[in-house]
Amino acid sequence: MGAERRVVVRIDGVDCDAAPGEPIVAVAARHGIFVPTLCWSRDDADCLGTCRVCTIRWKRHHVAACALRAEDGMDLTVSTPELDDLRRGVVELLFVEGNHFCPSCERSGDCKLQALAYRLGIAAPRFHYRFTHRPVDARAQRLLFDQNRCVACKRCVQRFAGGDGHRVFSFEGRGDALRLAMDVARVDALDDAALRRLCDGCPVGALLRKGRGFDRPIGARAYDVLPIGADVEGARGGGDG
Amino acid sequence: MAEPRKPRVATVSLAGCFGCHMSLLDLDERIVDLLDRIELVRSPLVDAKAFDGEVDIGLVEGGVCNDDNVAVLREFRRRCRVLVAVGQCAIMGGLPALRNDVPLAECLEEAYLHTPTTLGVNVRRVIPHHPDIPRVLDRVYPCQEVVRIDQFLPGCPPRPALLWEAIAALVDGRAPSCAYRDFKYD
Repeated sequence: MGAERRVVVRIDGVDCDAAPGEPIVAVAARHGIFVPTLCWSRDDADCLGTCRVCTIRWKRHHVAACALRAEDGMDLTVSTPELDDLRRGVVELLFVEGNHFCPSCERSGDCKLQALAYRLGIAAPRFHYRFTHRPVDARAQRLLFDQNRCVACKRCVQRFAGGDGHRVFSFEGRGDALRLAMDVARVDALDDAALRRLCDGCPVGALLRKGRGFDRPIGARAYDVLPIGADVEGARGGGDG
Repeated sequence: MAEPRKPRVATVSLAGCFGCHMSLLDLDERIVDLLDRIELVRSPLVDAKAFDGEVDIGLVEGGVCNDDNVAVLREFRRRCRVLVAVGQCAIMGGLPALRNDVPLAECLEEAYLHTPTTLGVNVRRVIPHHPDIPRVLDRVYPCQEVVRIDQFLPGCPPRPALLWEAIAALVDGRAPSCAYRDFKYD
């Protein structure tokens, strides 16, 4: 193990060993505690902190567990009825803000937003649906971009920059007028592996490879049988494994 | 001693495809058990279109797309002790709500004037309107935006096991416990 410094973070009463500065989401996952996330990915060095689905309590504050870094002696709360309901509310807001027609979506069954809603037991949102006008953009040769399903997580913006530093995707507008914008020429210039990484990185069905939908039957998709987070909780007791 | 009265159940399909009713029929042999435990009073399954009194459980499939849907849903709310929204259309408008970001006039013109089946046929360019025909609303509304809904059963359609468990729990007066794999939006 060597002399690397470790800290202890208490999460829901469990003492968790962590590297200083490690994202709390990752610390919790290593100790079998699932913190729901949507925009966060362990593949990205930078935390996006856009979706707030991972909201937990630290001292008397609500903070995003992906953006919070481990310090010695932290005492954090992930699961209480109030926090569960707060996170449920955040997911419900995402559902009513866009147009998420799960029955006709190619990503249904593999969608992280939908999986979180299943896990949180959302039968219907407490808010009214907005039914916002959002266009579908099919201009790119191999990519279908459906604005209706975009939750503005920013993963595609962050991950894909061309060799000249220009981004393939960008945000335009602010507030509820915020939209993801696509540079069609740069999308067309991506090689197949990058395109796959782009679409697999989208947590919802906003970015889809053309000609690829509905390739597995109901029952064989990612979240058909086990809820999201089951892999994390299955590791419980495995310590640092 | 008289047998206790069986719970009275009403069902209806508003702006839906009857898929949720099909899912109910998809209970297979358990539908016999179900009919032993409930009395279907106003339902397309028994071809009864009017209420003959108060009802314990109302199951509503489909969203609200015209003024007739509004009237029927309000009557269900008045008559039913517990009102259940069944399926994605009832819960969030479902596929009919795909029209919600298109202006109504454009929808009607597309349907009656510009489709291949009406081009050259609808020569007088008539968009049907008559007091006997329900008036189409500006958009499709989820049921809970029109009346209070007590319970939601998601799915397109809801899995038969979910319908069974929800109805059985209501009949038994207990909280439903549905399996993860039966709780789906598609």
